Amino acid sequence: MIPVDDYLFLSLALFTIGVIGVLTRRNVIIMLMSIELILNAVNINLMVFSRMWGTVDGQVFAIFIITDAAAEAAVGLGIILAFFHNRETVLADEMDIMKW
Amino acid sequence: MHWQNIFEQTRGDFFLVLPEAMLIFFGLAILLSDFLLTKQQKAWNALTAMLGVVFSGGSLYMLRAYAAAPYGPTPGFYNSIVVDPFFIFFGFLFLASTALVILISVRYMEIEDEQHGEYYALMLFATVGMMFLACGNDLVVLFLGLETMALSFYVLSGFLRRDRRSNEAAMKYMLMGAFSSGILAYGFSILYGLAGSTNLQVIEGAISRRHLEVPGTDLLTFLALGTVAAGIFFKIAGVPFHQWAPDVYEGAPTAITAFVSGASKAASFALLLRLFLTVFWPVNLDWVRIMEAVGVLSLTVGTLAAITQTNIKRLLAYSSIAQVGYILLGFVAAVNPDGTLHERGLQAMAFYLFVYVFFNTGAFAVVILLRRKGIIGDEIDDLNGLIERSPGAAVLMLIFLLSLAGIPPTAGFVAKLLIFWALIETHHTVLAVLGVLYILPAVYYYFRMVAAMWVRESSDKVQPVISWAQKFALGAMVIVTLAAGMFPEQFLRLATYSILTPFGQ
Repeated sequence: MIPVDDYLFLSLALFTIGVIGVLTRRNVIIMLMSIELILNAVNINLMVFSRMWGTVDGQVFAIFIITDAAAEAAVGLGIILAFFHNRETVLADEMDIMKW
Repeated sequence: MHWQNIFEQTRGDFFLVLPEAMLIFFGLAILLSDFLLTKQQKAWNALTAMLGVVFSGGSLYMLRAYAAAPYGPTPGFYNSIVVDPFFIFFGFLFLASTALVILISVRYMEIEDEQHGEYYALMLFATVGMMFLACGNDLVVLFLGLETMALSFYVLSGFLRRDRRSNEAAMKYMLMGAFSSGILAYGFSILYGLAGSTNLQVIEGAISRRHLEVPGTDLLTFLALGTVAAGIFFKIAGVPFHQWAPDVYEGAPTAITAFVSGASKAASFALLLRLFLTVFWPVNLDWVRIMEAVGVLSLTVGTLAAITQTNIKRLLAYSSIAQVGYILLGFVAAVNPDGTLHERGLQAMAFYLFVYVFFNTGAFAVVILLRRKGIIGDEIDDLNGLIERSPGAAVLMLIFLLSLAGIPPTAGFVAKLLIFWALIETHHTVLAVLGVLYILPAVYYYFRMVAAMWVRESSDKVQPVISWAQKFALGAMVIVTLAAGMFPEQFLRLATYSILTPFGQ
């Protein structure tokens, strides 16, 4: 059996990649994808801990997080579409009407 | 477990979420009835939303008997929510804020030519999220409440689809909000890992055991504390997680700016209080330092950055960052140096949050009055000569700005006084002096607006038109601002009622 720590390092790595992605990438779509990576790291954590403790709470929480990620993506893409409609860009650098 | 058992055991519990259920019901009713209304009749949506707020408030009023002793606090749904005085206090605060924002929105959305029913429905759904933030006793409920609120706000801040600033505000808010929710969720997953349960009391027990077993700082607890704190600081716009706030405040529809800076901030503070007074209470001497640092930073950055602003909404955004600093200092004063609870700090925080929602919304309501066809009205120059064009609006703005700055006889003065008092009692004299000193630059930038209204000449003589709904809302806000400043006893009793006691205290 793979020890719990390995999974935790995997999820921490995913989380770090996600955070760095949001902070450094300038394409809004890729920033959204990085946020999904963070949520996936959370899901891995929840699954591992659920298995470790033998309680079902973590799996229920993970299902809610997946649902939330879907809702967030739907709203996010809607906002990106409205933005693209007016500005024809998805680059964060070009969101400069107000100081960023 | 069989379905019958679940229903039998939670049968009485549906009563406990009646305030939220009312809001959802009326929100859905708005979405349906919106199809039947022509463009001239859209104001009926606002009436339906007000009805929803009234019914929700009524159910909350009935619930208060179950909140306090001898019957309460009442847990529900397998202890995943709890109806306690804390929830009743914040529930009423959210509903009051929602009602005020609905009243000031009707005319504003007509001028913007975006009167859709979804606007009011989303406001009600956001309020549902806030209420679950105040009553949640389980990580899953708290997270879902936060997301219900945040997702509604992303759409609301981008509601003026044809306005590029509104698009940009929604985009920045969505990216930063989703990012911070992800960080917060990571912290929640670690909290679950520490305890094997998502229930706040169980997690508190687990953390307190770890704290006793492992001397010094436990790495996992510290990771959870750091990520959860960072996620919440994003939501309340505390420095260094505040960069989104000025842009979102400037670009979003002004009524929604008032909602984001009032109710949403109060809801995030409710989440902060609930988590840090239960789950993280065993490590309170560690988090008090974080609160101290973020509080002082928010005060400094908010106050100094506000000095140079020329846009009223942006200036109020930085000023609200400074206000967050004061409220966080109140939280610092909630912990005695020996790690016990100092109730006066929590009382000061609750009082501050309560009155802040009223005078802050009031300032934005006056900005809304300046909006008319062709004029956005959110630059300081747009205030020029307001005393001649509309003396009432100028006097109201003066009262709200005095309160924001913390000058008697307004509520802001009493609120700041309570915070400083609690700080001195917990031997944080330096912080109290710092807080007093930062009032001076605050007076300067608030009075730049006052000078524009009272001294400078305006280029045109157009009088702002004030609808009866706006008059009613402005009247309510100014009455609370002055009453809480001159007769604070009733409001203090309310704040004392709301205090959440950590377990084992």
